[in-house]
Amino acid sequence: MISAPVRLRRPGGDFDAVPVARDVHWIGALDPTLRSFDIILKTANGTTYNSYCVRGSEGVAVIDTVKAEFADEFFSRLEQVARYDEITTIVLNHLEPDHTGALPELLRRAPQARLYISHRAPLMLKGLLKYDGESLDFTTVTQGDTVSLGDRSLRFLHTPFLHWPDTQCTYLVEDGILFSGDIFGCHFCDPRLFNDHVGDFRFSFEYYYQHIMRPFREHVLAALPLVEELALNLICPAHGPIHRDAPRGYVKRYRQLAESQLANEASQRDKTLVIFYISAYGNTAVMAQAIKDGAETVDGVRVSVYDLQGGEVTPFVDLIEEADGLAIGSPTINGDAVKPVWDLLSCLTQVPLKGKLGAAFGSYGWSGEAVGMLEDRLRGLKLRVPCPGIKLKLIPTGEELADCHAFGRNLALQLTGQAGFRVVDIAELA
Amino acid sequence: MPKAQVLFEDIGVAVTVPAGTRLIEVSEKVGAGITYGCREGECGTCMMKIVKGMENLANPSMLETKVLQEQMAGRQNRLACQAQVLQGEVVVRPG
Repeated sequence: MISAPVRLRRPGGDFDAVPVARDVHWIGALDPTLRSFDIILKTANGTTYNSYCVRGSEGVAVIDTVKAEFADEFFSRLEQVARYDEITTIVLNHLEPDHTGALPELLRRAPQARLYISHRAPLMLKGLLKYDGESLDFTTVTQGDTVSLGDRSLRFLHTPFLHWPDTQCTYLVEDGILFSGDIFGCHFCDPRLFNDHVGDFRFSFEYYYQHIMRPFREHVLAALPLVEELALNLICPAHGPIHRDAPRGYVKRYRQLAESQLANEASQRDKTLVIFYISAYGNTAVMAQAIKDGAETVDGVRVSVYDLQGGEVTPFVDLIEEADGLAIGSPTINGDAVKPVWDLLSCLTQVPLKGKLGAAFGSYGWSGEAVGMLEDRLRGLKLRVPCPGIKLKLIPTGEELADCHAFGRNLALQLTGQAGFRVVDIAELA
Repeated sequence: MPKAQVLFEDIGVAVTVPAGTRLIEVSEKVGAGITYGCREGECGTCMMKIVKGMENLANPSMLETKVLQEQMAGRQNRLACQAQVLQGEVVVRPG
């Protein structure tokens, strides 16, 4: 462990590289005034763009770069620990612009260096750098590939969708140091850099997971075994503090966050259907109840009904994340579904939804556009919508409630795989 | 006119279509979960999996082949905006 205080600038004003381990330096940049990242994240005290330089007996590697506006800071730090003609290896764990902004200039200054990216990254590299497809040479790597620096070696972990298709981690084998990219990172700017010196960043760590990694939960769970089997002396993420004190604790926390958040009391064999509704005059509420009653006629389905006016969005999102199916009901007011429904649907990109069953229903007064709009949104979120939505004018009749009941039963049959296939001719479709 | 059948596995609906129909023309009408971007074979958003009946689709164009390669597509993948059903039965599901 390095216990010397972190010095970020030299007396002459140059930015200083910070030793992280033997011949491993942090050469990133601090962005303390940033207050919003990628539109979706608040950053109460800014962020850091972490880049690292690793020296071996036969080469120098630069792992990730920084946002373009901070390139001077990055190059100033890099120059403290390596000459450009010594750089043999450039690794990009993730190609988002906050990590690749200084790459074009680095390639210009160190043209002999070999660029290593994940095998999912070439298209993104092309899109970011706008090269013609031939003028930039690079090597794609995947799980287990290694690059030698002489007495040290870098090994790559294939960890896609954490949080882009291209993401990977890089492991310095002999030293047990994981350069993890965005995973295990957070937006927290503190010049003391190390997790045992900086202020309390636990909120930022969890907030980052919830907004960046949670939509890719299954990919987190696929990647964790690759990390858990490693000897870990340090985790060096691409944002926020470097984890040198108890680094494995952050891996354990990720597993806790990625595994089921609710104690789901339904049996493992049961399917779960959650029905959310909002109702101006009670008509959509009555429909919700009839749908519930219909769904409950099918064994192996556990149904829950929630009035959107009676709760907050966040726990509802948690419920949907755990559920197998989602039915959502809204009246049509001024040609649209109502705002609380859109508020909920706008938050669902935070959780994995692909393949869940979706359905929409609602009562209307004039025109009834809401149901179709909700179905389009559910499909856009990659839910499957096998049962055409049900909408009815104003107060449901007994016959219409029977339709709702049948609709609920059909949803349950779909969830349990008992629905069978419906055959239609294209001419019958609108 | 010769007919073919497309079964959308995610929604459990089989649609009888005239031979030569593009998947995009059917999937949106029936409400299947395939999502579209450019609709012109360039973005790869509508990549789907052909569960059965690949031989009943027209061969991919050069453009579709190029985009599928760029998307690291498997042998069972096609673009719904490009794939044309020629005959028999085709079973598909989203991406």
